[in-house]
Amino acid sequence: MTTSSRWRALTHHHLLWPVAVLVILLLVNVPFTPDFFSVRMTDGHLYGSLVSIVLFGSPLILVAVGMTLVIATGGIDLSVGAVAAITGALACSYISDQADQSALSGVLLAMGLGLLAAVVCGLWNGFLVARMGIQPIIATLIIMVAGRGVAQLITNGQIITINSEPYKLIGGGYWLALPFSIFVVAVVVAVTVALTRRTALGLLVESVGSNAEASRLVGIRSLRIKIMVYAFCALCAGIAGLMISSNTSAADGNNAGLWIELDAILAVVIGGTSLLGGRFSIGGTVVGALVIQTLTTTIYTIGVPTQTNLVFKAAVVIVVCLLQSPKFRAKVFGAKFGARSGAKGNAKPAAAPADTAAATEAAPKMEVS
Amino acid sequence: MSTTTQSPSAPNSRTTSKAVRLLGDRRMPVLATALLFLVMYIASLSRYQNYGFAEPQVFMNLFIDNGYLLVAAVGVTFVILSGGIDLSVGSVIGFTTMFTAWLVERQGLPLLAVIPMALAVGALGGFLMGYVIHNFEIQPFIVTLAGLFLFRGLCLVISKESISIGDSSVTGMAQAQVSLGMGFLSIGAIVALAVLAVAFYVLHYTRFGRRVYATGGNEQSAMLMGLPQGGTKIAVYTTSGFCSALAGLLFTLYIQSGDPLHATGMELDAIAAVVIGGTLLTGGSGYVLGTVFGVLVLGLIKTIIQFEGTLSSWWTKIATGVLLCAFILIQRAMTARNKT
Repeated sequence: MTTSSRWRALTHHHLLWPVAVLVILLLVNVPFTPDFFSVRMTDGHLYGSLVSIVLFGSPLILVAVGMTLVIATGGIDLSVGAVAAITGALACSYISDQADQSALSGVLLAMGLGLLAAVVCGLWNGFLVARMGIQPIIATLIIMVAGRGVAQLITNGQIITINSEPYKLIGGGYWLALPFSIFVVAVVVAVTVALTRRTALGLLVESVGSNAEASRLVGIRSLRIKIMVYAFCALCAGIAGLMISSNTSAADGNNAGLWIELDAILAVVIGGTSLLGGRFSIGGTVVGALVIQTLTTTIYTIGVPTQTNLVFKAAVVIVVCLLQSPKFRAKVFGAKFGARSGAKGNAKPAAAPADTAAATEAAPKMEVS
Repeated sequence: MSTTTQSPSAPNSRTTSKAVRLLGDRRMPVLATALLFLVMYIASLSRYQNYGFAEPQVFMNLFIDNGYLLVAAVGVTFVILSGGIDLSVGSVIGFTTMFTAWLVERQGLPLLAVIPMALAVGALGGFLMGYVIHNFEIQPFIVTLAGLFLFRGLCLVISKESISIGDSSVTGMAQAQVSLGMGFLSIGAIVALAVLAVAFYVLHYTRFGRRVYATGGNEQSAMLMGLPQGGTKIAVYTTSGFCSALAGLLFTLYIQSGDPLHATGMELDAIAAVVIGGTLLTGGSGYVLGTVFGVLVLGLIKTIIQFEGTLSSWWTKIATGVLLCAFILIQRAMTARNKT
């Protein structure tokens, strides 16, 4: 009994599938690059495929963490890519105006300026969604469309290149032998987890996501929570924007963070957060973002032409979404699986009789556990 | 089914609701867009009168330069009216340009054979997306997002580099001019106007059009009334896929090349055109004529920026965003008033 319940706890853990996919993806690399898991030390820096996956995946993890909270409130934020572009553009154009580009105060001010702009964008999104009651996908579409224009306006349509040592650190630098961006990601994830899981904030976000009206009636300030969540998401996107522009030492209003919103949503979905809102898993999202980055790296390393990258991603989106759909599971795996995952019991009648016994058997067990 | 196919002037509609209808609640956004277009046009007339803005050809060029966008936006109008969204439009357009250019240039197939194939691929893509959306109850947003990835990826699978088209039948078709007395239209513009006419007829005068409105208005009610809303949804996405592929063909004619990065983000232009045209994003309310004005307004912004000369292209994006925002807020105000 205890072993079976422990087994069930393991097989029903929400991180099981994302982690399994990640491990399989990592293992796929081994036959192609035998030293895939080896990490070596050169010039006091750690190098290796695993390190670079985390390094290049850092902006995506940040954006996806912010996106998770937005999706948990039942919303979506399409503007993150544009916000990242604006932030990078502002910071880089400010630094490039400085006489001494490596002056720490100037760099900090530039970053502060960029992040401030990002938060303003987030507040605007939150205002439209929460106070004006506009569908999130549409409200954030505005900055998605206009934001890239603004970023190009800031950089005057040019790609601004800078040469600043302190600024280089955030996205491309090393600290304690590890890429500095790993520390930034770790801090952001730790703060987010602490805020949402060690305080009631996460619960409030989930309650707003499952029923905003009901949570307002029980006294949760759902408007304020929504606005806060969008501002937080934009802040994360802003940090990601700083990282992207720092890594390339350049601000490109057109291409910085292009399609990162889609990757981020994908990461959140793979991580097991429902797009309908009401529950979320930060850990799942981090794993999901790593899955996407690993997928990209794998496609590079196993010699598949890189242009098929997007086709693979499309396949992943479809498979993950189908597996998450109760109706699909009911149709393909029969009534047993459908009943367990709370489908409305509209599985095909043909499939039902064979599995009825199994379904009735499974249901009470679920009650116990 | 027959109840829903009744015309709006059913005998049981009360006089008060008639008065409300006369006040033009639903048509207000369309009228606002038309008015905006008119104001912008007249303002540009006075500003650029020395540069030949007043020539009818400048107006015709709006259709020539934006025919593909109009066709794509018409497809998106169907989807949005049914309460869904289609993000795959730009990718399907890009894929069609690539597909056509590859078949015509690299495989040497005649254009007339390629056109039906391209349209079939687009429609099939739309059908599959609609099928998944309806049968597995996955959000349209995420399914069409997968479609976006898929078609953009397929573009790159065909070729990483752009393929320019030198085929004589394509260039001949692209350069053909249809004279209209005071100016001319390209074949692309004519096709776009024809698509518009068909869409207008289908949406406002056929059973299918009513089903689209009913599904977008209230899916639950539509289902309870016995409307085949599943079929409607699938048909709507198929229409959108077909329109996107057609828009891709027009875009190929317009630009005479296939490129894996063609039409990136055009789905947003199309959605913006539909929204600016006054179609409610929640579905169930709007007119395809509004979409035309939406496309015209966006096209006019581009034209003004060309005439202005000094303004840079990113102002197009900012202006589109600002307009989008304004019209969304107008919509919001209108629907809020409707409820009370």
